[in-house]
Amino acid sequence: MSSPRSCCDEFARAAALRAAVPGSGLPAVEAGMPLPAGTGLDRRSFLLRSIGAAVAVYGATAVPWRLLDEGVAAAASSAQNRVLVSIFLEGGIDSISVLFPGSDPLYRRLRPRLALAPDTGTAFAEDPRLRWHPAAGGLSALHAEGRVATLPAVGYTRSDQSHFTSRHFYEVGATSAELRTGWLGRYLDRVGSPDNPLQGLSLGGTLSPALAAARVPVAAIESADEYTFQAPGVEAAMLGRLREALAELARAPTTDPALRRARAVAGQSEALRGALVPFAADRADPGSASYPESRDPFPRRLASLASMLAAGLPIRCVALSAPGQYDTHNDQPTALDRGLRLTSDSLLAFQRDLEARGVADRVLTLVWSEFGRRAQENASRGTDHGAAGIGFLIGSRVRGQLIGEYPGLAGLDENGNLRPTSDFRGLYAAILEQWLETEAGAIIPAAGAFARPSILR
Amino acid sequence: MYRGPFGRRQAERLLWRAGFGPRKGEAEALARLGLDGAVQALTRPGPERLVGPPPRDRRGNSLAPTDASGHDHAWWLDRMVRTSRPLVERMTLVWHDWFATSNVGVGSQRFMLAQNGLLRRHALGSFESLLLELTRDPAMLVWLSGNRSEETAPNENYARELMELFTLGAGKGYTERDVREQARALTGWRSDFRQGVGWVDFRYDPARHDAGFKRVFGRRGRFDWKDACRLCLEHPAHPEFLVRKLWSYFVPEPPAGDTRRGLERLYRAGGRRIRPLLEAILRHPALHEGPRMTKPPVVVTAGLLRTLGTGVRTEAWAERDALSGQRLFYPPSVAGWDEEAWLDTATFRGRWNGVAAALAPRISRPGASEPVQAPALVRRARAFLGDPTLTSATTGALTRFAARALADADTPARRRARTASVENALRLLIAASPDFQTC
Repeated sequence: MSSPRSCCDEFARAAALRAAVPGSGLPAVEAGMPLPAGTGLDRRSFLLRSIGAAVAVYGATAVPWRLLDEGVAAAASSAQNRVLVSIFLEGGIDSISVLFPGSDPLYRRLRPRLALAPDTGTAFAEDPRLRWHPAAGGLSALHAEGRVATLPAVGYTRSDQSHFTSRHFYEVGATSAELRTGWLGRYLDRVGSPDNPLQGLSLGGTLSPALAAARVPVAAIESADEYTFQAPGVEAAMLGRLREALAELARAPTTDPALRRARAVAGQSEALRGALVPFAADRADPGSASYPESRDPFPRRLASLASMLAAGLPIRCVALSAPGQYDTHNDQPTALDRGLRLTSDSLLAFQRDLEARGVADRVLTLVWSEFGRRAQENASRGTDHGAAGIGFLIGSRVRGQLIGEYPGLAGLDENGNLRPTSDFRGLYAAILEQWLETEAGAIIPAAGAFARPSILR
Repeated sequence: MYRGPFGRRQAERLLWRAGFGPRKGEAEALARLGLDGAVQALTRPGPERLVGPPPRDRRGNSLAPTDASGHDHAWWLDRMVRTSRPLVERMTLVWHDWFATSNVGVGSQRFMLAQNGLLRRHALGSFESLLLELTRDPAMLVWLSGNRSEETAPNENYARELMELFTLGAGKGYTERDVREQARALTGWRSDFRQGVGWVDFRYDPARHDAGFKRVFGRRGRFDWKDACRLCLEHPAHPEFLVRKLWSYFVPEPPAGDTRRGLERLYRAGGRRIRPLLEAILRHPALHEGPRMTKPPVVVTAGLLRTLGTGVRTEAWAERDALSGQRLFYPPSVAGWDEEAWLDTATFRGRWNGVAAALAPRISRPGASEPVQAPALVRRARAFLGDPTLTSATTGALTRFAARALADADTPARRRARTASVENALRLLIAASPDFQTC
């Protein structure tokens, strides 16, 4: 969370609650708040040899560890799946900020202090009323190449104003407080395997509720570049020899059981370290050279993800949070600018990385937020909770056109918020059917009620 | 009784099994005492002296066990490093595993350290006194719910572990009914919870004790907490359990039948004292001639710091040893650490990086060492680590590594520049080697 704190109490509480480890010591959920999907799922940590990092695995109580590694290996050797990457802009963000109606007099009236000058940013080719926020240059560049489908007002009727509840709806894929599995988790339950936790991968310490499955295991990983061996005082040019020597020590035969075991483990560790090299986000790697430098883990996580996908790891759905905190009740310009710039630049680098590695055709990225902001700015140079938010689909296979039109500021709803022109459940159904080639009706409740946009070229 | 040769090599193993490895010259000194003298030096060490620089945090401040997170671990590690009574400290660690209490459940470094002191006081003494004291120890009372067990609602937590893990073994000669009846006998301990402070005022409250008749192991009586402990100690299955478990901390293969029965007799006849048992185990041929054991992670760390003479200079050892699988005061469960699982790819990496961190403050700088041939470099790196015994396969691999690493440099000047780097790499390889990680 950014400091000084500009978010509301409910956002802070929701974030704290979700940061807790599911199943152990959750703070009390207030009456009426839904429990996040996946709460209470059995969680165990182990070192997954195939990626050489500590992985927290959720919901694999019955499967012995060694079978999970074998499951990953077996899944990796089968045909490559299409991958969906879900990126969450936490706190609420909309098109009035990201795709601003620069020349609309209403915009200046509603946001007298926040409005951007009409000539900043870049023009949005599909709608002459709109311009890209100057910090969204990366998205603007990808859009110009036809790799971005924009949802300028995505949401649902009678939008819930609670971060907690509205986010939960997006995570479970329905306006239901009761559902305890994520929409991607239910997809994995249908197509996934019982022993490959990498099929649903949260990048970050904890399970993303959208991935919470009922039957199959899913995993959370901090980063794949943590499995390092330190060698103080040893020059870099000698490290190859050092590793060679460790491998040789490990190979020596012995009849002593403890020594044999220690040597076997030393050998496995060295082999693992070797296997890891391609997954560490190496700055010298041309594939990842253009990621922004940042202390925030987001660009590094995307770089790791690109290398894991290129290495053929059996990943189907990935979830992570974008940098920044968009619950901008106070001093919106500072927080929005910083988060949006790093997100947008990282997404551009990720797409370039996937293209360079030849896997861009397999990856679709969804960017979403729990709701938008109030059209009228508040007294603290910020905005309060709104209704329709902004969303993007990014990828080489994406049909780069608007999904739903920009609704304009003249026809706000009774609370003064943007009205949705597309429904998130219709978007999910389209992703499931057109990208993941699965029947949406089995995953999204009442899927038939929602129109599907055409999302692929 | 072991009757083979007792030289430096045997003394080295004994010091690793019964302590934290040799300081420089210690194995030779112990070997000169002969086996009996060496064992006596360990089991009857005299008053404790702390040798070496006192512990510091990474900023150079003095380190107290309760003043910050991780300092408890560093404080005890320092005691292992500096003590003149390694077996007492090693037995304290054994009891910490045997009566595994975790601060995760206790929530008080103060209680944990008080328990640690208790384990140390009774380290080589009477198992009966140890068990009785632990039964009313605040950390244990909180950990296994003893302070929340009363006549109207007896809690079976301590009663069950008392038999299953501490004295008899799972399913060895007791029933579920015995668990319930023992829980009744153990009622009466209490403490008060003060908001913002925690548990205070631990005491025995007769009004909370169930004074009625109980039936335990077929015996009937108005048993109380002391009776509950003694009933277990007098149970025919107890001596075998104790002997097998104690033996397993020092020798990897279970004792032969006659050895075990002899130790059981010794235990019974000796008034349940631990020292005579240890003296017999430490002199047994199975320890000196049998297969190797994996050294526990903190034992490796303490041993390296003893050898290097650097002392504990950072609280980061708590985190480092945790990555190797052993954070003191936080055993994974009431069953203690799983020695079978000391080594896997994650904990091996932890051990390697722990070794690297121990060696880092004393790395050899370029130009600091004279250029020499590979075998001499290996000898020097070994001497730096107190000449640990290595297998010939390992020595061969080290020598080949040094030769190749030197040969990669094509001029004498470059070779000289590389010498320190090769030496640092050799030290790392030796201390992280499977040879060194086992004993």
